[in-house]
Amino acid sequence: MQHATIFGGFGGQGLLFAGHLLAQAAVLEGRDVSWMPSYGPEMRGGTASCTVIVADHPIGSPIVDAADSVVALNPPSLAKFEPILVPGGLLVLNASLIEAQPQRTDRDVLALPCTALARISGDDRMVSVVALGGLVGRTGIVGADAVRRALSDLIGVKRPDLIAADLAALEHGLEQAGVLQRV
Amino acid sequence: MTGSPELLAAPTPLAQPIHPVLMKGNEAMAEAAIQAGCDAYFGYPITPQAEILEWMARRMPELGRTFVQAESELGAINMALGAASTGARVLVSSSGPGISLMAEAMSYMAGSELPMVLINVMRGGPGLGSIGPAQSDYFQATKGHGHGDYRVPVLAPASIAEAMALVADAFELAERYRTPVMILADGVIGQMMEPVDPTYRTPPRRSADWALTGADDRPPRAVRSLQLQPEALEAHGRRLQAKFATIAECEVRWAGEQLEDAEIVIVAYGTSARVARTAIERAREDGLRVGLFRPITLWPFPSAALSAVAADRRAILVVEMSSGQMLEDVRLAIDGGFPIFFHGRTGGMVPTPGDVVEAARQAWAATGPDDEPDPLSLIELGERSSVVTR
Repeated sequence: MQHATIFGGFGGQGLLFAGHLLAQAAVLEGRDVSWMPSYGPEMRGGTASCTVIVADHPIGSPIVDAADSVVALNPPSLAKFEPILVPGGLLVLNASLIEAQPQRTDRDVLALPCTALARISGDDRMVSVVALGGLVGRTGIVGADAVRRALSDLIGVKRPDLIAADLAALEHGLEQAGVLQRV
Repeated sequence: MTGSPELLAAPTPLAQPIHPVLMKGNEAMAEAAIQAGCDAYFGYPITPQAEILEWMARRMPELGRTFVQAESELGAINMALGAASTGARVLVSSSGPGISLMAEAMSYMAGSELPMVLINVMRGGPGLGSIGPAQSDYFQATKGHGHGDYRVPVLAPASIAEAMALVADAFELAERYRTPVMILADGVIGQMMEPVDPTYRTPPRRSADWALTGADDRPPRAVRSLQLQPEALEAHGRRLQAKFATIAECEVRWAGEQLEDAEIVIVAYGTSARVARTAIERAREDGLRVGLFRPITLWPFPSAALSAVAADRRAILVVEMSSGQMLEDVRLAIDGGFPIFFHGRTGGMVPTPGDVVEAARQAWAATGPDDEPDPLSLIELGERSSVVTR
């Protein structure tokens, strides 16, 4: 099994962090994983992305020409990454920011109001964690419990004050993944 | 399969299994250097290697060791030259534009026979180029940098775990042969995260009976590259060349994957080798037997091993993130006996597995009888890759 996810969005939306969480969850499950960011100026405010591959065997290329899932947190990343989604793949969209409809029909779409759900969770910055909850809930790339443990690993020491909001954001995403109809 | 002579000591076995941790390539290389006993680090920030400097800035002072962010790359490498003269274990890191600035001191250090490890996390060039990953500094690393008649060992990691191991090996090689050693990584190796076992190796210290430690109770020593007498410089050069010959004989490393039945042999190092690995899986699913020959030492290049591996194959396909630099060493190793194909991307672009499969298919199709059925003829081809027949 190998699953490649591309996270795309504005710098500051936390997509590198969401990818890191997914990667850490995969490590906790004893899987192989690669996390590859777009680096450089994107980190300073433009459109950024990262590619996370989770596999049950050693990973070859950390760069992909086809994604099994795309998490698009802003309109430019939907335009950029929708074309390389595999047929039948999952598009997780931040419906709070993306009004455009996906162009393709041969895919599963999970349109989550990530920004709104992040606010309900207690912190506007948790947009990408909501999306990650949706991704994990819909695909099962890793178990939800591994993501909760990964959250604790990554921010439990550095920012314990953020754990509650992060966990709430994750749960909102997981819940919506189960509730929202496949379209 | 590996062609590496086991000259370097194996890692110390651990009493308890260690769980893998997720590390970024730059940070893993920096920590590996610290654990290898690096006494001093000198650097200047540049993407995509800045995390090495940042990691060292935090960790080295914690350990009471020397960290200096110099005023420029010129300053950094000349500080390293000075520190290495005292027998210290020294690390410097940069990316292409900075390595070019360091070239002069590399030559001085090779001439003065000073050990140092230099990490180049390659980005697109020439000039300031881009910050994207590239392998366009192969010529510089293996044939160039500074002036004069010298070589330095160049080690090319294809994973973060391998990068960590090679950092320790590089210190050992540097001190064994009294020479700068370069780790040639690229932006992907530097920037990505992979799980690694946090096991490290500290090479044993050798007695540095040449180091400048103060001549209070012993005859004075000199560390220099200046030899004004032609006879003396020629003799010095011959001694250096004898050392390089020993390195070329004893320190060649490479790895092979799926070579046993391979008709097409891909030659690739670093990130290109990772892409090739995925391409090979895909090609084999479609019945095209492809294998990988991965040089780990770029100098000394594993010419004899490649020549032996290539015998009786159908074609060689070289894949690089450059316009064809290692390709020249492959052609020298094969010495005209064989069809060689090339696929390269540049400027921060990374070849995709699909590109490489297509290049392998074209190499296969171009080398057989005309009426031979193509095992990949059913694959839907996208944009044609930039294959150049050599």
